[in-house]
Amino acid sequence: MPSKIPIGPYHPLQEEPEHFILTIEGEQVVDVDVSIGYNHRGIEKLAESKTYDQVPFLVERICGICSMSHPLAFSLAVENCAGIEVPPRANYIRTILDEIRRLHSHLLWAGLAGHFLGYNTVWMWAWKYREPLLELSELLTGNRNHYGMIKVGGVRRDIPPEHYPLIRKALDELKPKLEMLYGAVLDDPVLRARLEGVGHLSREDAIRYGVLGPTARASGVDIDIRRDYPYGASDKVEWRVITSERGDLLARVEVRLLECFESIKLIEGCLEQMEPGPISADVPRKIPPGEGIGQVEAPRGECFHYVVANGTDKPERLKIRAPTYMNLPSFRATCLGETLSDVAIILAGIDPCYCCTERLVRIKDGRGERRLSFEDLLKLSWEKTARLRKEAKDGCVE
Amino acid sequence: MELLWGSVVILFGGVVLGLVYQGIDRKLAARMQARIGPPIVQPFRDIKKLLVKENIVPESAVPWIYNGAPFLALASVVTVLFYLPLGDQRPLFSGYGDLILVLYLLALPAVALAIGGFASGSPYAVIGAQREIVMMMSYELPLAAAIVALAWRLNQALPGIAAFSLGAISSNPVWAYLGPLGFIGAILLVGVLLLVMPAELSKIPFDIAEAETELAGGVTVEYSGRNLALLRLADGVKTVVMGALIIALFFPYRLGGVLGLAGLAGGAVDTAFFLVKLFLIILVGVTTVRVAAARLKVSQVAYSFWVPLTGVALAGLVLIVLDGLFFK
Repeated sequence: MPSKIPIGPYHPLQEEPEHFILTIEGEQVVDVDVSIGYNHRGIEKLAESKTYDQVPFLVERICGICSMSHPLAFSLAVENCAGIEVPPRANYIRTILDEIRRLHSHLLWAGLAGHFLGYNTVWMWAWKYREPLLELSELLTGNRNHYGMIKVGGVRRDIPPEHYPLIRKALDELKPKLEMLYGAVLDDPVLRARLEGVGHLSREDAIRYGVLGPTARASGVDIDIRRDYPYGASDKVEWRVITSERGDLLARVEVRLLECFESIKLIEGCLEQMEPGPISADVPRKIPPGEGIGQVEAPRGECFHYVVANGTDKPERLKIRAPTYMNLPSFRATCLGETLSDVAIILAGIDPCYCCTERLVRIKDGRGERRLSFEDLLKLSWEKTARLRKEAKDGCVE
Repeated sequence: MELLWGSVVILFGGVVLGLVYQGIDRKLAARMQARIGPPIVQPFRDIKKLLVKENIVPESAVPWIYNGAPFLALASVVTVLFYLPLGDQRPLFSGYGDLILVLYLLALPAVALAIGGFASGSPYAVIGAQREIVMMMSYELPLAAAIVALAWRLNQALPGIAAFSLGAISSNPVWAYLGPLGFIGAILLVGVLLLVMPAELSKIPFDIAEAETELAGGVTVEYSGRNLALLRLADGVKTVVMGALIIALFFPYRLGGVLGLAGLAGGAVDTAFFLVKLFLIILVGVTTVRVAAARLKVSQVAYSFWVPLTGVALAGLVLIVLDGLFFK
């Protein structure tokens, strides 16, 4: 007899609201219903009322973890639209910060994955290793998470040469810790039992679902924006794209942890090649009409911004596609047939970030404009709550 | 009269001891996980807070079963304490029941928890209760094998004693009667019991019934207020019970006699020694294990108890039997 288990909208598994309804038979998952829309904030619309100088601050707040990807992608889109040439030093600084953020994001993920498996020791130690990176960010940018460093045409702050040794020291100290973490995670028999062969996503499925980032690379799809459509200084430094053919959770762990070492290589290469120079190009206040795209390899995959300029100092339209938007549907495919115990870690395997993903699309149905007032929305929400309560009472306990 | 006072002392002593060891366990686990951790009195504060909180019974629950289960859980573990030798004391109820009774009483809290889970009407709790039952069925055989092997060997070595009485087992440390084969067997059985302990206590890697990140608390998800406090107390007392059981079976040595102390001083030394042994058992059997492992899946828990651990337990049993036949 199948029964329904809700995960969310509020559940200790998730730090963000999202609603998954699992249909299970015994312990086996037979169906998953994903319902999103709990975290919509209207940022795209808000961006239309901000100037090009203000939007990077706004889009930075889409997500606390990808806080470099969004402003960077937006700036790249505007630069692409207006044909602005970014000075080389700014490009190096962008890549350095981008990679520091990737390091901290992957470590954060490794910790959370451990937590979802009940392995709180991995959680705590991974986050302990992540801490110096946040301190490094604070040193370089003044902030631990929302850096406020990116602006259209360059960066806001220089990295002074006396900070180079501090960055190198932090990275040198991180390397043995990462190696230790990598070895400890891959050699742990209990972790292997929980990760190996679980949540398998084949290469064909990965392409069919269009998954991005480490999720795709762990299934053998060799994509990486940093190599395919270079931005910043990612084409000037020696590094390689990590892929794995296995496609299970262990591969996703492996790919993410190995990527950390590549990030360290990128930062070190940038520090070596960086030469003094301007950190920002002159950007006109008003961007001439046109459109542009910006792509950034966020820790979770490609972060895509599309900007339409109309000749004023504010964008006409900003469209954002965050990687989780593409990765989330694959969660349904990978967890069917797995047990309830695996759902948590399979979901964590794509490193979901719902606040990046949430979009609202209003479809005009030909019967004219339909606007919902605050009262209408409130009424809709009450109706939905009543319906859910009723369903919970009738349906879930069987 | 003596029984009455004894039970009151053991009830409160067991509860306090359970909470103290819970506090120590949390603090030690925190230090191992690079955290600071709560102060050792934290479990007392938690209980105090839970007791003043509202006791919510879900609409879909069966109230009398739902409210009764925590009482049953606490009562059954406290009852086990009455049958266990604690410190320098013989078991309070020695003569009224033996190891077999203890085995059954040990199963009761898990049953109570599962019943409470089923009665709470939450889908999380129902799944958690199913898992609790699966786990109980998994660890009972290795546990029973270990205990039976020991009692059989003692009975063979000392035909006159009541072999299943915990008082008799704890006053005749088994190691003295074992030959080389039996020694290896007994070590295997200690290992088995130390692995049954986290399962019995629903601790990582065997906390599948509660599984915070999967079932949001599982069997206990709907419990709040007084009921949750009772479940917490039962958990604390159960930790002490499992530790005391392993001590009584395998490490019943006393320090008072060795140091030539008698009377009150000897009792104090014995009690302190007992507390230290209890601490070591909990450190090895609960804290270290739960810090160094991830949560297993239900199928993996069932497999690991049914195949490898049962195998080891039976090997221990066979070794002890062979030892009894050849090294009298």
